[in-house]
Amino acid sequence: MASHGIEIRNLYKIFGPRGRDYVESVKAGMTKAELNEKHGHVLGLKDISISMPAGGITVVMGLSGSGKSTLIRHINRLIEPTIGEVVYDGTDICRMNEKDLREFRRHKTAMVFQKFALLPHRTVIENTVYGLDIQGVPRAESTRRGRYWIERVGLSGFENHYPNQLSGGMQQRVGLARALTNDADILLMDEAYSALDPLIRVDMQTVLLDLQAELKKTVVFITHDLDEALRLGDKIAILRDGKVIQQGTGQEIVLSPADDYITAFVKEVNRGRVIQARTVMRPFDGIMDGVRLAANATLETAAKQITEAGQSRAIVADENGAPVGLLDLPTIIAAMVTPASHSAEKMAAE
Amino acid sequence: MASCDFLPGVLCKFPAMSDQYIRDARKVIDDGFKGLVREYAGLIDVVTQPLQWFLNYLERLFTSSPWIVVLAVMLVIVYFASRSMRITIGTVVGMLLIGVMGLWADTMVTLAIVTVATLIAIVIGLPIGILMARSDRIQGAVNPILDVMQTLPSFVYLIPVVVIFGIGKVPGLIAVVIYAVPPMIRLTNLGIRLVDAEVLEAADAFGSSPGQKLWNVQIPLALPTIMAGINQTIMMSLAMVVVASMVGVGGLGKNTLQAINNQFFTFGFMNGFALVAIAIIFDRASQAFGKRLQKHSEVVHG
Repeated sequence: MASHGIEIRNLYKIFGPRGRDYVESVKAGMTKAELNEKHGHVLGLKDISISMPAGGITVVMGLSGSGKSTLIRHINRLIEPTIGEVVYDGTDICRMNEKDLREFRRHKTAMVFQKFALLPHRTVIENTVYGLDIQGVPRAESTRRGRYWIERVGLSGFENHYPNQLSGGMQQRVGLARALTNDADILLMDEAYSALDPLIRVDMQTVLLDLQAELKKTVVFITHDLDEALRLGDKIAILRDGKVIQQGTGQEIVLSPADDYITAFVKEVNRGRVIQARTVMRPFDGIMDGVRLAANATLETAAKQITEAGQSRAIVADENGAPVGLLDLPTIIAAMVTPASHSAEKMAAE
Repeated sequence: MASCDFLPGVLCKFPAMSDQYIRDARKVIDDGFKGLVREYAGLIDVVTQPLQWFLNYLERLFTSSPWIVVLAVMLVIVYFASRSMRITIGTVVGMLLIGVMGLWADTMVTLAIVTVATLIAIVIGLPIGILMARSDRIQGAVNPILDVMQTLPSFVYLIPVVVIFGIGKVPGLIAVVIYAVPPMIRLTNLGIRLVDAEVLEAADAFGSSPGQKLWNVQIPLALPTIMAGINQTIMMSLAMVVVASMVGVGGLGKNTLQAINNQFFTFGFMNGFALVAIAIIFDRASQAFGKRLQKHSEVVHG
C-alpha cells in the first residue's frame, strides 16, 4: 500500500516565455482571457492546492481546456511548474534535479495515457516490461513480472501480439499492465479511458477498482466524465479554467454543488448510485422493523433491498451492526430525484 | 539598345569589378588553397589511407572471388533482406545478363565503391541526422550546407576534391560520399522528428534517460524513414560513380566515360543498363527490407 499522499500547494502554471513575470498579476486577479489578450501568455493552472490521500483514488475532473492534463503532468513534472510545490514523501518534486527526477519517475510513478502511447514496434510483453527495461531489470525477471500483470488485466495469450493487432480496450489494458508492472506507489491516469467505448470503459473501471482494492496505490485519475469520476473517486476535484472550483467526496459534490457550473453537471448524474444511506437517513426511532442496510449502501441498492423484501422501510446499521438510523422509500425517492437547480430556485424566489 | 540612350551607363551595363581584380582575387584564393593543401599533404594522406585500404580490399575481394561465389552471397543477402522470391530471381537474371555482356569485373569494381560509399555515408549521416533532430540550432546550421551539397553541380565540387586529394579512387569515393550523404542526414533527422510526441512523453514518464529514449524509441520508430534514406544514398552513389570516373574511379562509370568520348553508342548503353540493373536490385531489396521493418504497424485489428 502506498504510504505517502501527494500534496499540491499553490501551484501556478503560465505558459509562455515569461510566465513567471505574470504570476503576480494573476494573483491580483487577472483572468485567463486578459492575460492572453494583453501579454500573449496562457494561464494553465491558477493557485491549485489539492491534497491527494495515500492509497486512494483522487479524480481530477474538468472539461477540455480546464487544465486537468496540465495538472497531472506536474506530478511527474512532464511539465515544469511556474511556481508552487508538489510534495511527495517530504520532497518537493518541483525542486528535484534531473537525476533525482529520473529516479522518482522510474520507481515512484507510472502513467497511463489517453491514446495509450504504446511502442508500436514492441510486442505486448515487451511493452509491459518497458518501465523495468528502463530501470535496468534483467529481462528474465522483468518478463516474469510482466506476465503476471498481463494475466491480471486479462490479456493472457496476447503476449506476442503487436499493439496494432489489438482493439482500443485491449491496448489500454496493455497500458495499464505496463504501469502496474512498474510497481510504483503513484499511478497517474490521464484520461485513460476517455478513448474507449462506453461499455469497455465501465469494464476497465471495474478492472481498476478491483486492482485498487488489493493494491491501494495513490491513484490520480483525470477524466471529463462526472459519472466516471463519481464511480472511481474517493476524492474528486473539479477544475475550470485552471482553477479548482470544488473538491470533496462524490457525495459532497452531488449534494452541495459549489456553483451553477457544477450544478449543471450534477443534474445529469444518477444520484441513486452516489448518495449513501447514511447521508439521507432519519434518526433511529427504536423500532426494530424492516430490512438491515449498511450505512455506506447507495440509495439504489437500498431501494432494491427494501422492495425485494416487500417492506417500505429499512434500518441503517453501522460497521458493527448497531442501528444508527432508518430509511423509508419516500425519503429515498426524494433524495434520488434531481432537485431544482440554483437558477430555478432563484427564479422561484423572485 | 534603345533604352541605353537615356539611362546612365552604370544602370545599363552591369558595373562588374574589373577583370584585373577578379583575376588577382582568384589567384590569391587558388594559391592559398593549394599552399594549404601542400602544407597538410602528409595529414591528408594519413586520413585517406584507411579509405584506400578498405576500398582496395573490398575491390580485390569482389573481383578476385569466383563469380559464382559472389553471386551466391548476393542472392543470400537479397533474399534475407527482402524475403521475396521475385526480387531474388530478378537479381539472378540481372547479374547473369551483366556477366554475359562481359561486364562482370567492371560491375564488381562499381559494386565495391558503392558499398564503401554507402557505408561511409551511413557512418557520417546517421550521427549528424541524430544531432540535427535533437537541436533546432544544429538543424538550422546544417540544412543550408546540405542544400548547397545537393544543388552544387557535381562537377564543381570535383575541383576542390581533386585539388585536395588528387586523382584516383579515393578522391572519387569522397566525391560520391559528398553527393550521397545528404538524403541520409535529412531522412534520419526527419524520421526522428516525426516520432509520435505521445510515445516520447510516455518514455519520459517512465524515466528514460536521453540515451534510452534514443535507442528504445526514436531510432526504432524512425528506422523505416532511415531505411528510405539509405535507399536514396545507394541510388545517388550509383548515379555519382559515373561522374566520379572523371577523377579516376574505374568500373562501369569509366566505361561510360570512354563511350561518351569515343561515341561508342552500344557500349555506353550496355554499361548504363548494367548500372540500372544493380540500382534496381539494391532498390527493391532495401525497400522490401524497410517494409518488413514496418510489419508491426500493419493494422490487423480495426
